[in-house]
Amino acid sequence: MATVTLTDVRKSFGKTQVIHGVDIDIADGEFIVIVGPSGCGKSTLLRMVAGLETVTAGEVRIGGERVNDREPMDRDIAMVFQNYALYPHMSVFDNMAYGLKIAKTPRAEIEARVQTAARLLQLEPYLGRKPRELSGGQRQRVAMGRAIVRKPAVFLFDEPLSNLDAKLRVQMRLEIKQLQRDLGVTALYVTHDQVEAMTLADRMVVMNAGRADQIGAPLDVYADPRTEFVAGFIGSPPTNFLDPAAVGGQGARLGIRPEHMRIGPAGSGRITARVLDAEPLGAETLIHTRLPSGDLLTIRQDGAAPIPGEGDEIGLAWEAADEMRFGPDGRRV
Amino acid sequence: MEKRVLFKGIWLPLLLILPQIVITAVFFFYPAGQAIWQSLFIPDPFGLSSRFVGLGNFDYLLSDPYYRASFVTTAIFSTLVTLVSMGVALYLAVLADRLIKGSGTYRTLLIWPYAVAPAVAGVLWLFMFNTRVGVVTWYLGLLGYDWNHVLNEGEAMGLVVVASAWGRISYNFLFFLAGLQAIPKSVIEAAAIDGARFWTRFRTIVFPLLSPTTFFLLVVNIVYAFFETFGVIHTITSGGPQQATTILVYKVYSDGFVGQDLGSSAAQSVILLVVVSILTIIQFKYIERRVHY
Repeated sequence: MATVTLTDVRKSFGKTQVIHGVDIDIADGEFIVIVGPSGCGKSTLLRMVAGLETVTAGEVRIGGERVNDREPMDRDIAMVFQNYALYPHMSVFDNMAYGLKIAKTPRAEIEARVQTAARLLQLEPYLGRKPRELSGGQRQRVAMGRAIVRKPAVFLFDEPLSNLDAKLRVQMRLEIKQLQRDLGVTALYVTHDQVEAMTLADRMVVMNAGRADQIGAPLDVYADPRTEFVAGFIGSPPTNFLDPAAVGGQGARLGIRPEHMRIGPAGSGRITARVLDAEPLGAETLIHTRLPSGDLLTIRQDGAAPIPGEGDEIGLAWEAADEMRFGPDGRRV
Repeated sequence: MEKRVLFKGIWLPLLLILPQIVITAVFFFYPAGQAIWQSLFIPDPFGLSSRFVGLGNFDYLLSDPYYRASFVTTAIFSTLVTLVSMGVALYLAVLADRLIKGSGTYRTLLIWPYAVAPAVAGVLWLFMFNTRVGVVTWYLGLLGYDWNHVLNEGEAMGLVVVASAWGRISYNFLFFLAGLQAIPKSVIEAAAIDGARFWTRFRTIVFPLLSPTTFFLLVVNIVYAFFETFGVIHTITSGGPQQATTILVYKVYSDGFVGQDLGSSAAQSVILLVVVSILTIIQFKYIERRVHY
């Protein structure tokens, strides 16, 4: 259990700077998700906290102590890797016990802790097996078990679910959340999947090209994105962007979420669009349209609402309060 | 997961393996058969006739103290060559694996000795350690050490071991390096986070995961030490002094082609063949079980 503080953390590989000064303050027991597209530097940031990458500038503190120059083993952390990184030549038991054995934990305690973790993760029948004899979900659990048994101050997760199939991913997501709640351990979780970020995080950090664009509770970030990037990245289908010239008002770009747009007959509403395609998903329908300016807009409407035909002209309306206007620098006006 | 290619007929697969079969037949089965046949005869000194002696050649060999001494020499020699060449190669591979900058240069330089033929390698080392004009001998002399592998049996053995292992280090290095690089980096990182420092990681993670490579190299190196070191020994010591470096394969040559005892030489080849087969079978049967694939 510990706080984690990043202060103006920067990272360069040679002359290329990939992290441009990130500040994050993580409270004890908090679940923080770092989310962003690939190449935004989220994994690098996590690896710097783990001690697997050096910190070029700035400060990383765990439990109030500066750990910039400490080896990974001296930081009291545990990490779950994307490819699980299990020791292929060891049984599940030995995989989980490895860290404890190195720490010279008494045999009986190792036994007890591994058993407890195995029970928690439903791995008891597999303790004698090798990783290659397990399914993807089971390997994922072993990796979790290896992190749990050491009772670290901080859990680090590097895209732990991206190698699992969609169904298993949802199930493991819930388990991870539950586990973190039960153990009360501070967690730092990296993912490119915004659904994972929304569902897991107490607060999420949206990374864009080496910068933390926004840090906040998932729903706050969703409702009130601070940059055009965040508005476009968080939410599925993504926010619609159009040129404000067509509707008036300030700003360089206007963003409106698909669920905030309403369809009316041609000529009504604030703008006219042509229907390209409709995707009925059951509970809701996604309607893809094109503006005369060429901007593509998606509207989300209730599954029971009438669906306009392909090629129809329709009018689009929305509340002024739902408008998100961004300046030329991408920041919210 | 097993991937098998299925052929419809028998003729295409036969055709495809034919070149290998022909080569094996001409260069292995035929001479091996001839050796077994010849081992049952003693030819006269002029090679005009030969007399059937059954297992007489083997009988004579096994009671010959020189031959038995050669067995011991071979055991010492091949153990040392294998240990030295694999040990040094592993050490260098671990160092090269940690390098980020300039690893290509180191790798190229380390691979070069493999291109040197054993006999040439022998001559190189012979020049350096030549008792009169060798540069190493001269420096050793300055240090007060009188190097003379022509007279000293231990020094002769040391020199042929080093010369034989030298070219082999490159080969082993390549395989070890490839083996090391095949270990997922995240596994090493996981171990580091689990608290294992470099040496512990090497002992508990890296070395066990390298075991398929190590096992393969063990088999290949022992076979190398048994046979291919002939050139090195021939150029440096010619089996001397006092047969101190006469390994089995060298004795086959010296008894057969120098001593003109073709029957005994053939019998020795047969014994050598059997010994190496047994060694390889043992390795595959017992050591392979402990290998983690």
